[in-house]
Amino acid sequence: MSDEAGIVTVPLAPSALRTVLRGWPARVGLLITIVFLLLALLAPLVAPYDPFDQDFSATLAVPSWAHPFGTDGYGRDMLSRVCFGTRSALAAVLVAVGLALAAGTTMGLVAGFFGGHTDDALMRLVDVMLAFPYLLLALIIVAALGPGLTNSMIAIGIVYTPRYARLMRSQVLAVRTTDYVSAAICVGANELRIMLRHVLPNSFSPILVMATLQSGSVVVETAGLSFLGLGAQPPSPDWGALLADGQSFFLSAWWIATFPGLAIFVVVLGFNLLGDALRDYYDPRRRKLVG
Amino acid sequence: MRGLASNRIAQLVIVLVGVSMVVFFTMRVLPGDVAQLLLGERATAEDLARIRQQLGLDQPIWIQYLQFAANALRGDLGMSIRTHHPAMDEVLTAFPVTLQLTLAALALSVIVGIPLGAIASLRPGGPFDNAVMVLTLMGASVPVFWLGLMALLLFGGILNWLPIGGIMPVGLDVPRVTGMTVVDSLISGRADLVAASLRYLVLPAVTLGSITVAIITRMTRSEMLGAAMLDHVRTARAKGLREFLVVWRHVLRNAMLPVVTVVGLQAGLLLSGAVLTETIFALPGLGRLMVDSILNRDYPVVEAGAMFIALIFVLVNLLVDLSYGMLDPRIRRE
Repeated sequence: MSDEAGIVTVPLAPSALRTVLRGWPARVGLLITIVFLLLALLAPLVAPYDPFDQDFSATLAVPSWAHPFGTDGYGRDMLSRVCFGTRSALAAVLVAVGLALAAGTTMGLVAGFFGGHTDDALMRLVDVMLAFPYLLLALIIVAALGPGLTNSMIAIGIVYTPRYARLMRSQVLAVRTTDYVSAAICVGANELRIMLRHVLPNSFSPILVMATLQSGSVVVETAGLSFLGLGAQPPSPDWGALLADGQSFFLSAWWIATFPGLAIFVVVLGFNLLGDALRDYYDPRRRKLVG
Repeated sequence: MRGLASNRIAQLVIVLVGVSMVVFFTMRVLPGDVAQLLLGERATAEDLARIRQQLGLDQPIWIQYLQFAANALRGDLGMSIRTHHPAMDEVLTAFPVTLQLTLAALALSVIVGIPLGAIASLRPGGPFDNAVMVLTLMGASVPVFWLGLMALLLFGGILNWLPIGGIMPVGLDVPRVTGMTVVDSLISGRADLVAASLRYLVLPAVTLGSITVAIITRMTRSEMLGAAMLDHVRTARAKGLREFLVVWRHVLRNAMLPVVTVVGLQAGLLLSGAVLTETIFALPGLGRLMVDSILNRDYPVVEAGAMFIALIFVLVNLLVDLSYGMLDPRIRRE
C-alpha cells in the first residue's frame, strides 16, 4: 500500500480533489480521516470517563451500556481510553510524517538540484538507511534514544526519511529541466529562490500522496513499537500500549485488545483508501486500470 | 550479466560498510556507561577503568569503530551482557525460527496471492474482483499484532483448534539439525513431530503472511490487467487462441516479472513483521531476541542482530536484482 507515487508535476488543485473524491472508497477514506481528526481534537468531550480513572469495583467488566468497550484490569473505561488513543496516533502521524517530510524533502531537493558529489553522498546515505528493514532501523534508533512515545515517533520519522528523499530527488530531476526553471536561471534568480519558489511547489504533489499513504503505516508502526514496550509507556492510553495490556488478558477479557486494534485498523483503512485514490488519480496507468 | 552482478556486489560492500557505521555509532550514543552496565552498580572506579581499557572504550571513537569492523568481519561481535555467550551465537540460534516463519509466510503469500490476483483480473469490476479488492485492502490495513491476537483468541482460545503460542509442545523435543522445527521434524522422520511443528507454525505464518498476501494479490491483479492490454495479447485473441492459453501463455508470463520482484522485496516487511509476530506467539526468534536485548540494554546482541538482519536483507535484495536480470532478457543484454 505504500509504493511510491509516479512522477508528476501537477499541483493538487481543488478540482483535482473533486475528481479524487468521486469514487466511494475515497469518500469513505476521507470520512474516516475526518472522524479520526475530530475524535483526537474533541476526545475530552466525547469520552464518557477520564481515561486514567480507576474503578476497582468494575475491573475487567464486560462491554455494557455503562462501559460499551468494557473496562481493563484497573477498572478504566476502555471506550474513553480508545478515544484518547486517537491523540497519540495523530501525534505520531504529525511528528513522524512531518519529520520525514521535512528531512526527506530537503535531502531530495538538495541532492536533485545540486547533483554531483552532494547527490552521490546523500543518495549513498539513503541507500544505507534503506538497507535496514523498516522496524529494525526503528528498533536501533529507539535503542539509542531510549523507549518512549516521542522517541518512537522520531525513530519512525527517521525510518521514512529516505523514501521521501528518493521521491523528491526524482521529482526535482524532472522539474529542473523545465523551461520555467531555465528561464529563472537566465534572469539571474539565485539558487535558493529557484529551489523554494519554482522547484519545490512543482514537485510536491506526489510527496503529499506518499504522506497520505504512509500516515496509515506510521499509525501501525508507532503502535507496534508501543506494543513491544518501546513506545508509549503505561498508563498512557496509546493504542499499541492498550493492545499490549490486552495481550495479558486476551483469553479472559477479549475486549481490552479487540477495540484498540479495531481502532487502528479503521484509521489505517481510512488513510489507505484516501491514499489509494490520490495515487490512482496521479498515475494515469493505474487510472486506466481502475476506471 | 556479469557486469551487472559485479556492479551490484561493489555497491553491496559500500552499503554494508555504511550499515556497520550506522549500527556502531547509533549504539555508541546509548544513554549510560557500558562498563557500568557490564559490572553493575557496585563496581569500583578501578574495575570500571579496567573494563573500559579491556573493551577499548578509552580509545578514540574511530579506533573503536575500526576495531569493531575488524572483529565483525571475523564474526566476533562481543559477548552478550545477559547470558555471557558470544552475541553472534545468540543471533544464529534464534535466526532459524525467524527464517522458518518468514519462509512459511512468503510461501503462503505466493500460493494464495498469485492465483487470487490472477483470477480477479479476469473480470475486473466483477463480484469476485470486488470481493478480492475489499479483502486485500483490509488485509493491507490490519495491524499484524492485532490480527495475531484475534487469531489466537479465536483458534486457540475459543475453538481450541491450535496452540496459543510457543514453538513445540512441552516435553516434545525435536533433535536440532537446522534449528527450523518443521525441517528438523521431517529429518527425524517422526510423523508426530512433523504434525506438532506444523500446528505451531500455522497461526504465526498466516498472521505474518496476511499483509504480503494482500500486496502480492493486488500486484498480480494490476500487472495482469496491464499485460492484458498489450498488443500481442490482442493478436493472440484475434488469431482465435483459446482464452485459457491467452491468459496462461501471454498474460500471466508477462505479468510475473514484476510480481517476482515484489515477492523478493517483501523480505523487509516480513522481517519487520516477524518481530511483532514472534512477540505475540512467544517464538524464540531473532525479532524477539532484538526486542528483549534492547529492553535489557544488551547492546552487543542488538549490534550483532542488526548487522546480521541488515546483511540478510541486503543479500536478498541483491538476489532479487540479479534474478530480475536473469528473467528479463532486456536487462540481461544491457
